[in-house]
Amino acid sequence: MSNAKDIFLKEATTAAADGPQRIFINKALGGYYANRDIQKARFRDWERARDAASLAKWEAVNDLANTLEAFVAKFESNGGKVHWARNAAEAREIILQLIAAANAKAVVKSKCMTTEEIHLNDALEKAGYSVVESDLGEFIQQLRGEAPYHFVFPCMHVKREEISALFTKHLGTAATNSPEELTMIARRHLRQLYVDADVGITGANFLVAETGQISITENEGNARLTAALPRIHIALSGIEKVVKKLDDLSVLLPMLATAGAGQPMTCYNTLYSGPRKPGECDGPEEFHLVLLDNARTQLLADPEQRDALHCIRCGACLNVCPIFKNIGGLAYGTTYQGPIGSVITPHLRGLKQWNHLSGASSLCGACTDACPVRIDLHHHLLHNRRNANQTSPTWFDRLFHRGFNFVISRPRLFAFGGRVFRFTLPVLKKIPLPYLSAWLKTRDLPPAPAQSFRQQWKDSSHG
Amino acid sequence: MANARSEILSRIREALKVVAPKPHFKSEPIGGSVAQNAKPWLPDGGATVAARLALLTENLAKLKANLIRVPDAVAAQQVLQGIARDKNWKKVAYHSHPLVAPAVEALTCEKWEVTSSFNKQKLEGCDAGVTSCEAIVAQLGSILVSSASSGGRSLSILPHVHVVIATVDQVTADLEGCFSDMLGRHGQKLPSMLSFITGPSRTGDIERILVLGAHGPKELYVILVG
Repeated sequence: MSNAKDIFLKEATTAAADGPQRIFINKALGGYYANRDIQKARFRDWERARDAASLAKWEAVNDLANTLEAFVAKFESNGGKVHWARNAAEAREIILQLIAAANAKAVVKSKCMTTEEIHLNDALEKAGYSVVESDLGEFIQQLRGEAPYHFVFPCMHVKREEISALFTKHLGTAATNSPEELTMIARRHLRQLYVDADVGITGANFLVAETGQISITENEGNARLTAALPRIHIALSGIEKVVKKLDDLSVLLPMLATAGAGQPMTCYNTLYSGPRKPGECDGPEEFHLVLLDNARTQLLADPEQRDALHCIRCGACLNVCPIFKNIGGLAYGTTYQGPIGSVITPHLRGLKQWNHLSGASSLCGACTDACPVRIDLHHHLLHNRRNANQTSPTWFDRLFHRGFNFVISRPRLFAFGGRVFRFTLPVLKKIPLPYLSAWLKTRDLPPAPAQSFRQQWKDSSHG
Repeated sequence: MANARSEILSRIREALKVVAPKPHFKSEPIGGSVAQNAKPWLPDGGATVAARLALLTENLAKLKANLIRVPDAVAAQQVLQGIARDKNWKKVAYHSHPLVAPAVEALTCEKWEVTSSFNKQKLEGCDAGVTSCEAIVAQLGSILVSSASSGGRSLSILPHVHVVIATVDQVTADLEGCFSDMLGRHGQKLPSMLSFITGPSRTGDIERILVLGAHGPKELYVILVG
């Protein structure tokens, strides 16, 4: 049970069989669908707005080197400092050095999936720093010692009773069943931590080349506090987050909110262009941005799937995916769950080990329809399957395709094989064959017809 | 890690040698920027002042923010006094601004002006923060505050209630217009923080049930003068 595929199959099978949990997730998503549709209807042409959003990202990603250089020049002229990281280890090392240089003790974080991608919390804790996740959902997941279930709704699978028990255990608060009271417990607990923290770590939703600003989208206000109170602000971002113009955000921000959470705009959309300026009464003394590659350039090198770098991490594809709704987010074992995670994880972590996620799809295309930046998600899952087959076919694939090729090109052999198959099917059903038995465990095989299709065609008037 | 920059940039340039086809769209851009093309497809911002104010009123109500329209600055002071009395505020933080300072200074509770040597612990203990804003976006119901003109970064987020005092002529139609106003007003010297506030702080992290006041203000008041 050590490889990713076996773990995935085991976890997915368990989760899919948990009926009550599936009902709970579907109920939670029900409210999202209703709100998303209300907000989509406020767009005068949602489909064309998707074209525009896609184009804004296409222009930046397909001119990534120049756009990034323009961004970095502006960002540094505003007083911030950029650090480049080729991989996760470099990014962790840079952040640890910055924290050590600042002589900091306490670190407060706002929600950032890229820090999950580089496993930053583990590294910080090992180095002896106290790290607190300030987003409510992430805070709950941190206390649970569990990875986020969904990269926008991190604890959507957890029931309020469990959260109450968790808070009683870790914070010593009285039990309550009210989501409002539970939220206020976290609010009171975390407020003092912002005030005391020396370093605030955030992500970035967009980097604006025109102005050198980073844009952070959130609802709770925790990122605002994280970038306001500590002495040092460190942001971590993938290199693909850059857009060319400030007004590209006039399209992307409302679309991110509508597709991601069914809101007209998330509660706080904030642009930071540097540390505190002369004449401003607060803000951090230092502002650092770590730009992370971590195999994004490998995805960039595949023109067929390059548009996967357009992703704005809204999570809309997860919310509509029949696979996600049935197996949940934890079974994937990846930082990014759902269809977008299944597309990019094989690029980020290796196709050979993660190709099984390409099969975690019904190819229904709901993800592609939901994507606000028009990433061709379900076709990319097929592209990954094809690429895996070409680069590292399994012995079964090789044997099967060779055999199929041999038989299909010999009509008489094919007809004979069909006859044998029809005749022996009732017996074959009882033999537990590899691959087939797993499929047949939950499905019925219909009885074989008395005649082959070719015979039926001949016998009919067409013959 | 000095080479990381050049290595990543050269990896990018190498990767982009193979050109990806431009996406096929239902709509061909008609010149101008992406955002200008997209303007008629996005939510409406209102063509007239009356339409903008109607949209803003509707949007703020849906966001559970309180909009109070007043004829002049004196009426704004009275409204603020009324809220302070009803909510029994003990301490109110504000910043120096021609609309904000007179209104707050007229309050009877403890007042505290945020200046460059401010104490974050003290600000956390304030019941409310009163600020001005850069602009209000009718299309979305968003209030744009900045570190330069709204008393820094914390004043609009740390106190439990946020009150914005603005004038009607600060209401702009949409986000695109707002960005272009900002670039026009500040040019290359943008404030270190620009933040669009769209309703009071909220979360749906517990069972996707909406709760107001996650980390930021639980209540948002907009007093609109004119």
